Amino acid sequence: MNRPDLWFTIAAMALLTFALRASFLLAADRLVLPPLLGRSLTYVPPAVLAAIVLPALAQPSGVGVGPFDLRLLAGAVAGVVAWRTRSILATFAAGMVTLWGLTWLLR
Amino acid sequence: MRVHRPSFLSGLRDVAPMLLGAAPFGLITGASAVAAGMAALEITLMSATVFAGAAQLAAIALLSAGAAVWVVLLTTLMVNLRHVMYSAALAPSLRSESLGARAAMGAVLVDHIYAFASLRFARREPDLVRRDYVLGMGLPMWLTWTCATAAGAFLGAQVPASWQLDFAVPLMFLALLIPSIRNRPGLVAAITGGGLALALGGLPFNLGLVIGALTGIAAGTAAERVAATYSQRRVR
Repeated sequence: MNRPDLWFTIAAMALLTFALRASFLLAADRLVLPPLLGRSLTYVPPAVLAAIVLPALAQPSGVGVGPFDLRLLAGAVAGVVAWRTRSILATFAAGMVTLWGLTWLLR
Repeated sequence: MRVHRPSFLSGLRDVAPMLLGAAPFGLITGASAVAAGMAALEITLMSATVFAGAAQLAAIALLSAGAAVWVVLLTTLMVNLRHVMYSAALAPSLRSESLGARAAMGAVLVDHIYAFASLRFARREPDLVRRDYVLGMGLPMWLTWTCATAAGAFLGAQVPASWQLDFAVPLMFLALLIPSIRNRPGLVAAITGGGLALALGGLPFNLGLVIGALTGIAAGTAAERVAATYSQRRVR
């Protein structure tokens, strides 16, 4: 990672995030949210998060073959746990334990 | 500026269970940032100034994959766009606060704080000082998040690479993604966004992520419209 780029990225992310959060609080009189945009915002989290997760999980990790890639399998287990429990901690635990278990079995 | 203590404490009481959830999330974020090559100081500073878990994890994953800075910023914009919705929803209730107070509340307007604030403001409690209620949630949450990330970064530096802690990043996103799918249009948005990003994974600058996400948002919005017209027809 390039250091000057990283520092710039952190500062820009901070300003951008603040601008989004403070937008209407600071300028409600001058800003209007178009209704179509307001409705679209509901679908930002599922679309963006899925676009981040799927490629990350499908990336070959070098252990296991094709659909039996260890990280993909551990991700699938974690996905089911996330769906049933809705808990961040349980999802994390299920995914990591599955990954460790499979790595240990195949060693 | 006097702080109305009961309102501040009321905020603290509401947010306390959330702190228990934010602490391990921060620990994991700090540890996985170090696993991805960031320094402890860098990720701690990022937590203190950006204060947005999902956006930070996305940035960590993208930066360690060598993505361009503008792709990281565009992803931050998309991941955090929902905060505009929160800001717009709370603005009418906070119009009478000073400019500085509104800026301070904007800085801490994360998901859970928005959810509690909209709930409590709707009850129109006469004794609740809204500014102090919001800051009573925001300050402890910010402190917890920043300290937990720092602790995670220092602990994570001791963890050997064989533990594969970098896998925590996609796991965290999975834990955020699944509850965000609340209905069928949401599922359409997720499948379109994820599928397209996967198919376009070979594009430079992680452009597949950007194209997939934007198409997914459009697909979800369109699906909502189709579902609405369909259910109207059925009623007739």
